[in-house]
Amino acid sequence: MTTLLTPPPEKSISEIADATEKLSDMNAPEPEHCPGPQSDNAGKSEACQTCDNKDICTSLPKGPDPDIPLISKRLESIKHKVLVLSGKGGVGKSTFTSMLCWALASDDELEIGAMDLDICGPSLPKMLGASTNESIHASNSGWTPVYVSDNLGMMSIQFMLPSEDSAIIWRGAKKTGLIKQFLKDVDWGDLDYLVIDTPPGTTDEHLSVTSYMKEVGIDGALIVTTPQEVALLDVRKEINFCHKAGIKILGLVENMSGFVCPGCGNESQIFKPTTGGGEKLAHDLNIKFLGSVPLDPRIGKACDNGECFFDLYPNSPASDAILDVVESLRDEIEGL
Amino acid sequence: MSESEKPFSLNRVKNVILVLSGKGGVGKSSVTTQLALTLASQNLKIGILDIDLTGPSLPRMFGIEDHKIHQSEQGWIPVHAPVKTGDNTLNMKLMSLGFLLNNRGDAIVWRGPKKTGMIRQFFKDVIWGELDYLIIDTPPGTSDEHIAIAEELNKCPELIYGAVIVTTPQLVSINDVKKEINYCEKANFRILGIVENMSGFVCPYCAECTNIFSKGGGEKLALETNLPFLGAIPIDPLFVDMIENQVIKKKENNETLVELYQHSNMYPLFQSVVEQILSLGKE
Repeated sequence: MTTLLTPPPEKSISEIADATEKLSDMNAPEPEHCPGPQSDNAGKSEACQTCDNKDICTSLPKGPDPDIPLISKRLESIKHKVLVLSGKGGVGKSTFTSMLCWALASDDELEIGAMDLDICGPSLPKMLGASTNESIHASNSGWTPVYVSDNLGMMSIQFMLPSEDSAIIWRGAKKTGLIKQFLKDVDWGDLDYLVIDTPPGTTDEHLSVTSYMKEVGIDGALIVTTPQEVALLDVRKEINFCHKAGIKILGLVENMSGFVCPGCGNESQIFKPTTGGGEKLAHDLNIKFLGSVPLDPRIGKACDNGECFFDLYPNSPASDAILDVVESLRDEIEGL
Repeated sequence: MSESEKPFSLNRVKNVILVLSGKGGVGKSSVTTQLALTLASQNLKIGILDIDLTGPSLPRMFGIEDHKIHQSEQGWIPVHAPVKTGDNTLNMKLMSLGFLLNNRGDAIVWRGPKKTGMIRQFFKDVIWGELDYLIIDTPPGTSDEHIAIAEELNKCPELIYGAVIVTTPQLVSINDVKKEINYCEKANFRILGIVENMSGFVCPYCAECTNIFSKGGGEKLALETNLPFLGAIPIDPLFVDMIENQVIKKKENNETLVELYQHSNMYPLFQSVVEQILSLGKE
């Protein structure tokens, strides 16, 4: 295997590392009503006339993105593609992605891939226990994922950073560019499952991944929430987004639901479901409720150490709950 | 107005404080709210700008989700929240995209340029009036919103008081927060200090404290990065209760949210945070 000689992707890995040194590398910020560099109107619309990027956009090829067939070809050998979404941050998207990957990878027959689309705050490598010294290698067949076990590979921008703490201060357009490369250039091989972890919100990353994968198809999305209304409020928006983008919702899981005091065994609702929590939301919006996972301080610790929680504590109620959710999710996907 | 001129809406604003974290769900909005309530309790004029466009939480935090922004000839009038009972002159002013939505479940699905445009408009069009502190609540990450805010604020560096960094104690959060510190250096924001949120939970049945999201990570990070540690804030279900039931409680006690908050166990903790922030003085 060679290191970054071929193929030279549009943006090489070292360029990504260099870019973290600057606040922003754009000529100019895109104007508010930017039609997008891929649009037929790029460089021609009213907003373009005063934009400093006009010349770049006018000279770009127009029409449907020629990379979409390449993305579809790359991903067609993957049987199931699942998105993990939540409007809200810190509810456990990455935790759940890692759990789901581990649970699936415990079956030796299956090949699993995990893709981290959180460009500004990648946490999946740490949770899956990938070494911080790992870097991505490119060969003729593409970028090679980092393997954390025989049948579990992963891809994250974290592996491309010069140091663990480097900030990625990128505008949306640049994130979109990297996401496209993740979809087009990563050599996953034949996978049974590709689990895609996403950042909070409903913006560039979400629009990009769904539009690039439209042709090849996404099996559906797993929505993660916590019980309190401030989280549900944002999750409603994410569900609204899924409907608009035509993504099937596989189900909703409520994380951090209730905490059992290790001292006295009484349960407290730390993130109080004042408006009925995830189950009511699922019921109201007519989506499948996959279950609740209680708050167990050891889950966070296992994630910090990159260990698999349900392997460490197979008899805890949280492990049972997680595995139940994974099972119903699999039924939902494979029963399609 | 030329590009580099001070944003019009900040004409009579004295200081700007940012609340940042690389990680989502660590309590940026909760810390923003409590900073604002504590500062307002000292009779300071406070405004809050929520630049989390795709997940605005501030309207909920202040129990004013049904309020709307009004357009006047001069610009957008922020939502007013009274600070003291019976006093119509002192109001906290709030601006959030949440106030502009027709339906609270509506998703704002915007790419970067639109988000940047919105933030610029906030800086141009909101009529804050005279403010001692404008507190800016931010989304997680280091992307369009963060670049836009750095660009706007660097047109008026004399207003920047500094940034409060919020983290939770566990490592995954600390890692993202380090990236945010890196961002502050590049954006020329002075870091006022680190707040460790969700630091322990006291069981209401037996008073035993459990460190649900581990413990001490924020303090260790402060030491490592040589930044002030502003305090560890525990999880307090009573505070959440107060926020969620504030509409009823305000009526029952005939008190404003600022006054309700002054009875909360969190108030003394934030008094200490605010004291440390104010003692730093402007750079």
